[in-house]
Amino acid sequence: MNAFTARELRTAVIGAAALAAAALIPLADDGYYLSLAVNIALYAVLCTAWTLFSGPTHYISLATAAFFGIGTYTVGLGIDTLPFPLLLAIAAIAGGLIAGLVGVATLRLSGVYFVIFTLGLAELVRQIVTWLQTNFTNAVGLYVFTDFTEAHIFWMLLGLAALVYVTGWLINRSRLGFAMRIIGNDETVARHAGIDVARSKVILFMISGAFIGITGAVLAPRFAYVEPPSAFNPLISFQVVIMALLGGTSRLWAPLLGVIPFTILFDQVSAHFPNHTSLMIGIAFMAVVYVLPRGVTGLVEDLVRTRGSGRPATVAERAQP
Amino acid sequence: MKRRTLMKAFAAALLASSVHATGAMAEGTIRVGASAPKTGPLAGGSAVTYWPAIQLWVHDVNERGGIDVGGTKMKVELVEYDDRTSNEEAIKNIQRLATVDKVDFIIPPYGTGINLATAPLIAKYGYPHIAVTAVTDGVDEFAQRWPNSFWTLGTSTAFATTLVDLLKGMRDKGLINDKIAVVNVADAFGIELANAGKPAFKEAGFDIVYETSYPLTQQDFSPIIQAAKAAAPDSFVAFSYPGDTFGLTKEATIADLPVKAYYVGVATAFPAFAGANGPAAEGVLGAGGVDANSPAIKDFITRHTEVTGQAPDFWASSVQYASLEVLEQAITRAGSLDKQAVVDQVHNGEFDTVMGHWTFDGNIIRKFWTVGQWQGGVFHGVASTGIGGEVSPVVKSGWK
Repeated sequence: MNAFTARELRTAVIGAAALAAAALIPLADDGYYLSLAVNIALYAVLCTAWTLFSGPTHYISLATAAFFGIGTYTVGLGIDTLPFPLLLAIAAIAGGLIAGLVGVATLRLSGVYFVIFTLGLAELVRQIVTWLQTNFTNAVGLYVFTDFTEAHIFWMLLGLAALVYVTGWLINRSRLGFAMRIIGNDETVARHAGIDVARSKVILFMISGAFIGITGAVLAPRFAYVEPPSAFNPLISFQVVIMALLGGTSRLWAPLLGVIPFTILFDQVSAHFPNHTSLMIGIAFMAVVYVLPRGVTGLVEDLVRTRGSGRPATVAERAQP
Repeated sequence: MKRRTLMKAFAAALLASSVHATGAMAEGTIRVGASAPKTGPLAGGSAVTYWPAIQLWVHDVNERGGIDVGGTKMKVELVEYDDRTSNEEAIKNIQRLATVDKVDFIIPPYGTGINLATAPLIAKYGYPHIAVTAVTDGVDEFAQRWPNSFWTLGTSTAFATTLVDLLKGMRDKGLINDKIAVVNVADAFGIELANAGKPAFKEAGFDIVYETSYPLTQQDFSPIIQAAKAAAPDSFVAFSYPGDTFGLTKEATIADLPVKAYYVGVATAFPAFAGANGPAAEGVLGAGGVDANSPAIKDFITRHTEVTGQAPDFWASSVQYASLEVLEQAITRAGSLDKQAVVDQVHNGEFDTVMGHWTFDGNIIRKFWTVGQWQGGVFHGVASTGIGGEVSPVVKSGWK
């Protein structure tokens, strides 16, 4: 590992300041804007955790709902007997373990096979959970009653976001991150260069799954009532992919550029067109794809380049994302 | 240039609608908020039960000149949001209603899970939470946890046990034998009912000759109906959800399932069930029911159809409307829009509703419909927890 460069130090300071500013939001408003902020923080964490794996490898994973649901259920099952921080740790381990098992079995697949498998995974886990509950307990719903308010959940999500960013940054600096970039560019070349391709992918998939598991656990107290359809909601998987891709996946912070505008846009649409939400969101999507084919990051990069001032920096960024 | 035009048009549409929304606010009106699915898995159910009942109530109240609040008539203005059948969205909508729109009252969401997810917030802001479309055994616990919450549609155990009692009565009269098939959808309501129902059937001396469960996403019901047919029971009971309620019944019609009592769960009470099954619906038992002979219900059905353009269901539609009548009467008695004063009125008052006289016992309506049966094109209540007005169940005779 190298020492901090001035650039990295500057990014770290800006990031910390942004997080600190965000942490003050609950003091300003504990109503609607806080809820909106919770939803943004939620998808920011999910999309960034997703990008940890899918960004460098270009594997589109639709398994987010599976890991998320596992985390939610960990809290649902254990909230009456175990302390909450321990449950978060268990959720991380459970999410990571499942990701590991799945990774070993499927990460040799690529392209559309992987996508379809991960889509099926969420449904599979949901059916297993339902089956276990049908046969060994009396009800399918679990109650999670805690004293956590929206502000607590928001702060936990912010802490988690910080953890995801630091982890992502550490991975980028490590041999693993370097290996992933090579794999993402050309898997055959990576294999010939002596990289253990399968192992690297599985490790990264596990890290990503663990973070998504914790996110599900943090959100469980907000649901109050945990049941398979809400915990393993496939919409979560799709929304994460859409937001992350619209933001861009080439940088760790890029998904954020998709999450913030889209959460707000979705919200405005559902507020002003309650009877035509799907229609308006569809139109918005088409408009965005048409106007921003390379995601918001692409737009930012174009702006930087046309201004000219950022040209050397852009090239440097390209070489070392 | 074209791209910009497109974005501008979209932005203009957003802006125009927001101007419209604020412009609609007026002095001397009561603003009532509602958030429920207009899209997503539960949208089909809320489009039958939830939204039209609210539309009818707002129409009725405003036609009368408004709600009497301390001597002045105040009209009702509805603020509605789509929760896309998502908890996160529902929580945000409730927050928006409470803190941005600052509505005077909130009509609780649709569905058990979303009602529970939003209950802590509705309690935090002190609104009366008169829940309708939430059937669960936890109602007493919830009423204690959130004293502002009221529960009207019943408990899952009662839905199962009253069905057992009904079939036991038919068996004791010699109408059916003691062989029964029990199947259920492996999802919340289906599992709770099956877990309460199966032991009760055994205790009542029924012989369960076939039992199975199937996932929510099941499409092909032929194996289940064929296996049930092979076991030759007199009664077939399915604790099912809307999709499978229709699927099982279609399959039973095709297979001409020779049973004398046939029960399917949620959505049997929908008018669309009779529409889709025609004469095969006759004699089908299902979850829910109303006192279809009461003048109040008859009048409700007529006006619902006139005002909303669609018929209400024969179960929760009228309860949804009654919950709004409770809100209206509680506001009038409180003489103000003070939320706590209205909650107190709901606690202690007696209400005259389309469902008859209502008083809350520990925040819960203890008398509710549980089983209904299609008889002559109407879904009559045949079992309840003591409402009165039940008609006698008939034996199912064929599918044509």
